Amino acid sequence: MSSLVIKDLHVSVEGKEILKGLNLTINQGEVHAIMGPNGTGKSTLAYTLMGHPNYSVTSGEVWFKGQNLLEMEPDERSREGVFLAFQYPVAIPGVTVANFLRTAINARRRAANPEDKGISIPDFRTMLKEKMAMLKMDPAFAGRYLNDGFSGGEKKRAEVLQMAALKPEIAILDETDSGLDIDALRIVSEGVNALSGPDLGVLVITHYQRLLNYIKPQFVHIMMNGVIVESGGPELALHLEEHGYDWVREKYEETA
Amino acid sequence: MSSVKLTTTLRKTEQKGFAQIDANKIPASANAFRSKALLAYQSAALPTTSMEAWRRTDLRNLPADLFRVFTDADPRSPAVPVEILQPVVDDHFGGQLVVTPHGTERTVGADLESQGVIFCDLRTAEQNYPELVAKILGTLVSPEESVFAAMSASFAQNGAFIYIPQGVHVKQPLHSIFWGAGDGLAFINNILVYLEEGSSLTYVHESASPKESADRVMVATNVEIHVGENADLRFVELQSLGSNVWNFSHERSRVDSNGKLDWIFGAVGSKLTKNFSDLDLAGEGAWGRMSGFYMTDKNQHLDHDTQQNHFAAHTTSDLLFKGALLDSSRSVWQGMIYVAPDAQQTDGYQANRNLILSDKARADSIPGLEILADDVRCTHGATVGKLEQEPIFYLKSRGIPQKEAERIVVEGFFDPIMQRIPFEGVRQRFQDAILQKMKN
Repeated sequence: MSSLVIKDLHVSVEGKEILKGLNLTINQGEVHAIMGPNGTGKSTLAYTLMGHPNYSVTSGEVWFKGQNLLEMEPDERSREGVFLAFQYPVAIPGVTVANFLRTAINARRRAANPEDKGISIPDFRTMLKEKMAMLKMDPAFAGRYLNDGFSGGEKKRAEVLQMAALKPEIAILDETDSGLDIDALRIVSEGVNALSGPDLGVLVITHYQRLLNYIKPQFVHIMMNGVIVESGGPELALHLEEHGYDWVREKYEETA
Repeated sequence: MSSVKLTTTLRKTEQKGFAQIDANKIPASANAFRSKALLAYQSAALPTTSMEAWRRTDLRNLPADLFRVFTDADPRSPAVPVEILQPVVDDHFGGQLVVTPHGTERTVGADLESQGVIFCDLRTAEQNYPELVAKILGTLVSPEESVFAAMSASFAQNGAFIYIPQGVHVKQPLHSIFWGAGDGLAFINNILVYLEEGSSLTYVHESASPKESADRVMVATNVEIHVGENADLRFVELQSLGSNVWNFSHERSRVDSNGKLDWIFGAVGSKLTKNFSDLDLAGEGAWGRMSGFYMTDKNQHLDHDTQQNHFAAHTTSDLLFKGALLDSSRSVWQGMIYVAPDAQQTDGYQANRNLILSDKARADSIPGLEILADDVRCTHGATVGKLEQEPIFYLKSRGIPQKEAERIVVEGFFDPIMQRIPFEGVRQRFQDAILQKMKN
């Protein structure tokens, strides 16, 4: 079973400690949500798990499928099955969605088998068409430059499209609901739900509870000041919805 | 001083060689021009960085006193690689001309010849069509422009000549290649193209030499292009000289009323290049587009000096040059849009974009406008940027390795240039160059 195990993780950005000893285990097939006010280190956790060079791990461990994730380059992590849906997907002008996706798929195949000739164009087209239909995307979208001039909703849909095409074992969704109207939110969530199953572990990072109406977590964690302070079931998210974060701040900020 | 040596050595050796080759063969008209050019050559000095056009290209390391032209005593150049002979436009050529120091190979479709199309090497043209050569030779590039222009004019060993009669549409592209190798040799050629009224042509030219060589080689070329009224020329110029070659060229195209010139440059080779490319929009309604692709690595130095001259009203020019630089390489682009006082309602655009892929690489980008008319639209832009970390991280997060991620971003950067090139084969050559250079 693919498990992501985070032990006592400390991470600094530009010399400032953001994560201060975070512990979390996500198993394949589980859906976890991390909630918390802005600035508590939720995105730092997402970027660190993907291996962004600006985030330096000062101590702690992250294991994925029994391997030390922290020793891997971001591309290796991806090929091992880690996926990050970015809060702010980056525009790559001049590179079409289709070309990019084919390159990403072929990079996986080549890593598995250096002799691999890559996915055939007809196979790729069929796959892409199918995934795009699932996300209710216009086929013309495949010919557009990746994230270049995309609306907020298009960007998030493109992220889920990539997730669908790359078939990760653990997906981290960083504020995937931000910038989405209700319709887009529903489409994106349906996409994620369609991909969920016993083979996929999901970590949903969100500020608001509303995304969790669509993507239902079994486990909800509350993050404050770089650590997880409360863990529970879906009822924890509903509690937050009702009472806000003030009670969490009161309970933990004095001690932090 | 090396400038003195360059002039004396080439003059001494090559006047002899030149006389041997051509004494009885050059028609009087060409001879008169060459003699005049020789005078310009004799009084010209090697440019120095105190001259504005040469401020960023230093020739102090040019082994000027070394160079001489090929003689029969020199070893033969290696054969032209097959990949260079392949068509890059369409499936096949209407004609191909391979000019090497020891001879020319030429194939031209009989249908073209029956329509009066002339496509041959310069030597042949001077013998057989002196009046046509005189219509273009020396009319656009003056030997006074620099010592290299004068050298090309006076010592041209050979070159390519194209003449398209009035109203003739050449359907399949013409392709010429200049190729040569040998330590201490200077290869001096002219390209002359004359399109009569209402004719059309696609012409691909490549200057090339062996890629890996320690030989010291110099290439000097004058290019003169005449696009007549309502004529339409697509001109693709590829430069894939070895990284041992000092390359100098003076190019000017004149476009008459309602003529069109789509001018594409692709430069990936040479040790050092100084290129002057001028577009003269001479007649009302003339249109010209210049699209440049360059990519440098190691210690390459490419300097492109472009000029868009709007001499007549209702003319349009559109220039986009894009370059990427690796290692310790350096590029210079210096562009000028000139609009003459009477050239009202003209539209001029120029942009140069550079992507620096190494801390040691450097790109200079100097746009310029000189507008003497009042009812015009002229815009320009110049940028020099580095490879950004965020796109690379994004691509890596999808499983794409670092090197490949960098290449994808570079290809994306060049995409606007690729979009302007209507030839799949040419785009493929550029893609291959990116791949090759980024592999190291």
